[in-house]
Amino acid sequence: MLTTRHDAVVVQGITGKQGSFWTERMREVGTNVVAGVSPGKGGRQAAGVPVYDSVTEAARQHPIEASVLFVPPMAAKSAALDAIAAGVRDIVFLTEHVPYQDVMHVLAEARDAGARVLGPNTAGLVLPGRASLGIMPAFAENIFRPGSIGVVSRSGSLGTLLALNLVTGGYGESVFLGIGGDPILGTTTLDAVRMLDADPRTEAVVLVGEIGGTMEEDAAGYIAGMSKPVVAFIAGRSAPPERRMGHAGAIVSAGKGDGASKVATLREAGVTVLDVPSQVTAALAERGVLPAEVCSGT
Amino acid sequence: MQLLEYEGKQLLSRAGVRTPDGATVSDPGEAATIAAALGNQVVVKAQVPAGKRGKAGAVRFADSPGEARDAAAELLGRVVGGFTVGEVLVERAAAITGELYAAILNDPASKGPLLLFSTEGGMDIEEVNARNPERVRRLPVDIRAGLSQAAVENLLADSEVPAAAREPLAETLVTLYGLYREADAELVEINPLALTENGGILALDAKIALDPGALARHQGTLPRRSGTGPAATETGLERQARELGLQFIELGGSVGVLSNGAGLTMTTLDAVHHYGGSPANFLEIGGDAYTKAVPALRLVLGNPNVRSLLVNFCGAFARTDVMTEGVLDAIEELRPGIPISFSIHGTGEAEAIAMVRDRLRVEPYEHMDDAVRAAVAAAS
Repeated sequence: MLTTRHDAVVVQGITGKQGSFWTERMREVGTNVVAGVSPGKGGRQAAGVPVYDSVTEAARQHPIEASVLFVPPMAAKSAALDAIAAGVRDIVFLTEHVPYQDVMHVLAEARDAGARVLGPNTAGLVLPGRASLGIMPAFAENIFRPGSIGVVSRSGSLGTLLALNLVTGGYGESVFLGIGGDPILGTTTLDAVRMLDADPRTEAVVLVGEIGGTMEEDAAGYIAGMSKPVVAFIAGRSAPPERRMGHAGAIVSAGKGDGASKVATLREAGVTVLDVPSQVTAALAERGVLPAEVCSGT
Repeated sequence: MQLLEYEGKQLLSRAGVRTPDGATVSDPGEAATIAAALGNQVVVKAQVPAGKRGKAGAVRFADSPGEARDAAAELLGRVVGGFTVGEVLVERAAAITGELYAAILNDPASKGPLLLFSTEGGMDIEEVNARNPERVRRLPVDIRAGLSQAAVENLLADSEVPAAAREPLAETLVTLYGLYREADAELVEINPLALTENGGILALDAKIALDPGALARHQGTLPRRSGTGPAATETGLERQARELGLQFIELGGSVGVLSNGAGLTMTTLDAVHHYGGSPANFLEIGGDAYTKAVPALRLVLGNPNVRSLLVNFCGAFARTDVMTEGVLDAIEELRPGIPISFSIHGTGEAEAIAMVRDRLRVEPYEHMDDAVRAAVAAAS
């Protein structure tokens, strides 16, 4: 998943308003967008790249490594399956409100094909100074700059806030992985932490979680064995129980997934847990991770 | 979207899973009539979308129509699990020989459907699982292949289920899985799934939750949640918000909060707590909701306890300039006489900050924490 700027990207749903707007933003930061897909609109140009009817068709003309999906929820399953069938290796599944059973079908196909899915309901992936696949403000220099901190976040807006705090404090990011706000995700917190642990550019991990589900707890066992420092912020610790706070996954039920349980489990695994996001730089410094010279992109 | 028990049982019957004879009523007199028609002992069950009804005293046994009427009269209008009881289900009490547990749910860990089965039905399955995890059997399902009768029979092979019940039970579990798929359910949980004489299977309860994202493709084929309506704790402002399609929760404090995105909004509330304040509300205006800034702000200010307003935006996909413009329009229209502090970062921040300066003569804070501290100080 840790794409380089040379990796060829296709944008599915490129002729839509958001698809074309964000394709231009992605290209501005150096993302190698080679084609777009919009069924029935093949042969046109959009956001400066040729449009095809399917990823399968686009793949005949271009080598394609990754796909970004700006596709409406009911069309998302067939779009993702098209990308998998065309041999796309990394799929950034931005769409929100995709039926869960459609998602599970896509994830089963992806697993068999060896493809990785980020999302659904994610803000995407940013490799500062190299590429952006999604709807994060990768072009904002006060939020993203090349560095050594790997950020994993369920939420786009909150992930942006943590990234802002990192850059304000003199740090930069090796990668920002938006994993998504849905209960069923292609890349779980555990999967994401494993990727960052294996990533040579990443020196420390900032984990941005939230109440609901048990994904953070499920990652704790692995984190306990990591040598890279992990710092975490869990949103919603002050939320009243049994009230759904926006994200479909963010509900605390039957004593599971509440903030206290997540914080206790993560602390036991050696994670520094923050009370507010602005503490992130002090926590990293305390863990021996200091702001470094800006790294160059590849 | 959790269905009421009787709505879930309608789906079960339609799929071919047996449920007790009975009817749903909203009047004690009708409960007596139904009880008389059913004969023998009946069960009167409050219809609310909440668990642990038995422990809450919301499931009553009645030996006569008169007792059924009394039970219904006691339950109707009561608040159970946060919901006002508007209907009760009156059912014939079943003669059973055993209680099982069965569920199919979306499993985040295996990223697919998961069948759960236990012979310790009728209990809180979380408790069974905590005490004896091996008493809860798990079968992950490949959603493309589906659940086969053979796989279920294999799961039941060395269980305590009586031999005569195994085949009908396996058939029932396959039927439940079919219902889960057809209805795009997030959860189909039957607890207890009862065994009766001669290997019969009877669903005594039904907890079915449907995927809200999939409802569009089931128009007219699934029950519409009508029953008891919203939570009994829903406030007037929360009802208005629901009708506007906004996520708004009243929290009882004095700092009004306007933020974008679920994660950032929860974080804003956490920060208000951290700096010694108490938030008045959860209100998310990310996504398309920024177009509703005027009604959103009206909701926040509609709470008479609000003494300061905190606007915290961090734009990724959501453009802070667009959201800020909506909020400034709303402020100019509603003219709240309370201090407002802003923290604005991310997509569109330069334009958004300039707008706040020009139109309100207010300087947004550079750090979110400072905006939060100011709002907390102003509210205390």
